[in-house]
Amino acid sequence: MILRGIQGEMRQSYAFVARNFNLVKRYWGWEVVWMAYSIADSLAVTFIGAGVGEITGQTQIDTNFMITYLLIGTLVWRFLSSIFHNISEMIAWERWEGTIEYTFMAPVRRFNQMIGQTFFAILYSLIFTVILGVTVATFFDLDLSDADLLSALILLLVGSLSFVGIGMVASILPLLYPERGAQMTNIVQAFFLLVSGIYYPVTVLPEWLQVLSKISPATYVLEGMRAALLPETAKSDPLTYVVPLLIMGLVMLPLGIHLFQRAERYTKRTGKLKRNG
Amino acid sequence: MMEASSTHQQPALIVNDVVKRFNVASIPWWKRLRPDHQNGHSSDDQAANGSGSSLKAKRGKEIITAVDHVSFTVQPREIFGVLGPNGSGKSTLIRLLSTLLIPDEGTVTVFGLDVVKHEMQVKRLINRVSVEASFFKKLSAQENLLYGARLYGLSGKVADQKARDILKRLGLRENSYTEPMEEMSRGMQQKVAITRAFLTEPTVLLLDEPNTGLDPRSKMEVQTFVRELRDVHNATILITTHDMYEADTICDRVAIMHDGKIVAMDTPAALKQQVKRNGHEPTLEDVFMTLTGEALIEKEADAADLEPEKV
Ligand SMILES: Nc1ncnc2c1ncn2[C@@H]1O[C@H](COP(=O)(O)OP(=O)(O)OP(=O)(O)O)[C@@H](O)[C@H]1O
Ligand SMILES: [Mg+2]
Repeated sequence: MILRGIQGEMRQSYAFVARNFNLVKRYWGWEVVWMAYSIADSLAVTFIGAGVGEITGQTQIDTNFMITYLLIGTLVWRFLSSIFHNISEMIAWERWEGTIEYTFMAPVRRFNQMIGQTFFAILYSLIFTVILGVTVATFFDLDLSDADLLSALILLLVGSLSFVGIGMVASILPLLYPERGAQMTNIVQAFFLLVSGIYYPVTVLPEWLQVLSKISPATYVLEGMRAALLPETAKSDPLTYVVPLLIMGLVMLPLGIHLFQRAERYTKRTGKLKRNG
Repeated sequence: MMEASSTHQQPALIVNDVVKRFNVASIPWWKRLRPDHQNGHSSDDQAANGSGSSLKAKRGKEIITAVDHVSFTVQPREIFGVLGPNGSGKSTLIRLLSTLLIPDEGTVTVFGLDVVKHEMQVKRLINRVSVEASFFKKLSAQENLLYGARLYGLSGKVADQKARDILKRLGLRENSYTEPMEEMSRGMQQKVAITRAFLTEPTVLLLDEPNTGLDPRSKMEVQTFVRELRDVHNATILITTHDMYEADTICDRVAIMHDGKIVAMDTPAALKQQVKRNGHEPTLEDVFMTLTGEALIEKEADAADLEPEKV
């Protein structure tokens, strides 16, 4: 009886995983375009590192270090923003397709839904980022022999939990604002890009922005990743960054679900769920 | 018709004095400041113009009472029809029953479970077919249906077999099953929508104009299916339709809604009796015309002494 119950709940989570992979398969054209765009974008950023010597006229600059520094930034950013996108757009997407009432009517706990969405988002984003990273890396001659890849992976996975939570909070926007909500989530993303030290150390930011960078989980993922992959400059052991990330994840996930459920109730009171019919 | 066991059974649905209001697009404040809108502005806290008692202006917001103090009870295994003109509140009523809207006043219970307090249990008992098919357009019928069925805890394998059987009976070509939904006609999509609901064998099935866009044969097949769900699976069915003939043939009882209120409720035969006039044998369409038309005239008559709030 209990076992059957658990099986049923797992099927619910799996429903979202299977559905999302089916959507990827059916919209494969978009995936190709998005991959091409991401490759071009990541290359453009990484070539800045290759050109720093020439730009500044200084010959002492460790170009390889700069390239790796920027490459870590662009790949981690692609990964985290992909997680964020996948979660935050789930509502906007279902509104667009018109399936939202059917998903909300089904006897599914938002927790189970989130498990499924998270599993998909992490798996999809990992595959995407690996393809992207391998492709971009072929353009450069990189030496990662000292890199601590295991710590890097752990940091990435723990860091993604907070972004699932943040994504859930952001997905409320399209729930509350059927027309503009989806664009508003882009502002949230731009904010993280600015304060998290993706392409520069956060210390170059004005002080009031540095305060904000302390509450962005991406800051810790990036510092940890750089400690793991560029060990010669590491200030501390990469795994020390796991602790703040775990704490943020443990706060953001339940908070995300809680706020989402409140927003869901609000839409059911005000009739904002449906658009037509 | 009722079995002995059903005497101590509780009703399938109890809708008790339910009200649902919506705020609709307000006149923006900068427009209300313009002199030509002063009239609209000053009608605050008064019953609005002749367009109906359900419209009230309040700080530029218009409030529509989509469902207005509605009460009824549906017994297990009953097929209950809800008829009414466009905008009379039928779909809103169905959304209230399917936990997609929370009532402003009153209560709705499904087999004794309150739709707000016991939301999850109620969700397990119900399913709904709506006018618009609502699918992931690029996904196939199969992918859409398995997604839907898994949300209700069904295994993909079981759901797949059931879906094929139901769609075959509804006359959907086998090869359409794996094609993207956007390549299907309106009626074909509706058949998949009906399958999505039937798959989960709901105890209470809510059908909101399920036959929109279906050809006559498919319509009959859906009706047969609905009866079968009742007869074999003991399902209770609430259906809205604009097809009076359909309502007459499959419904045990019918409620007629107008302007958010139920204006009549009885068996189709009794309703027809009610409007019977000099010899001519009335149809359910006559009932509809008379009841929703008369209500309109009555309302205009007492629009003059209309009070904004009724306690
Ligand atoms: N989510 C919503 N937000 C605002 N107004 C709504 C909402 N849903 C319904 N309404 C309004 O409530 C009233 C009743 O609508 P409803 O869809 O229930 O009618 P209906 O009887 O199903 O009509 P039809 O026969 O055309 O399907 C309409 O005036 C409609 O504009
Ligand atoms: Mg309707």
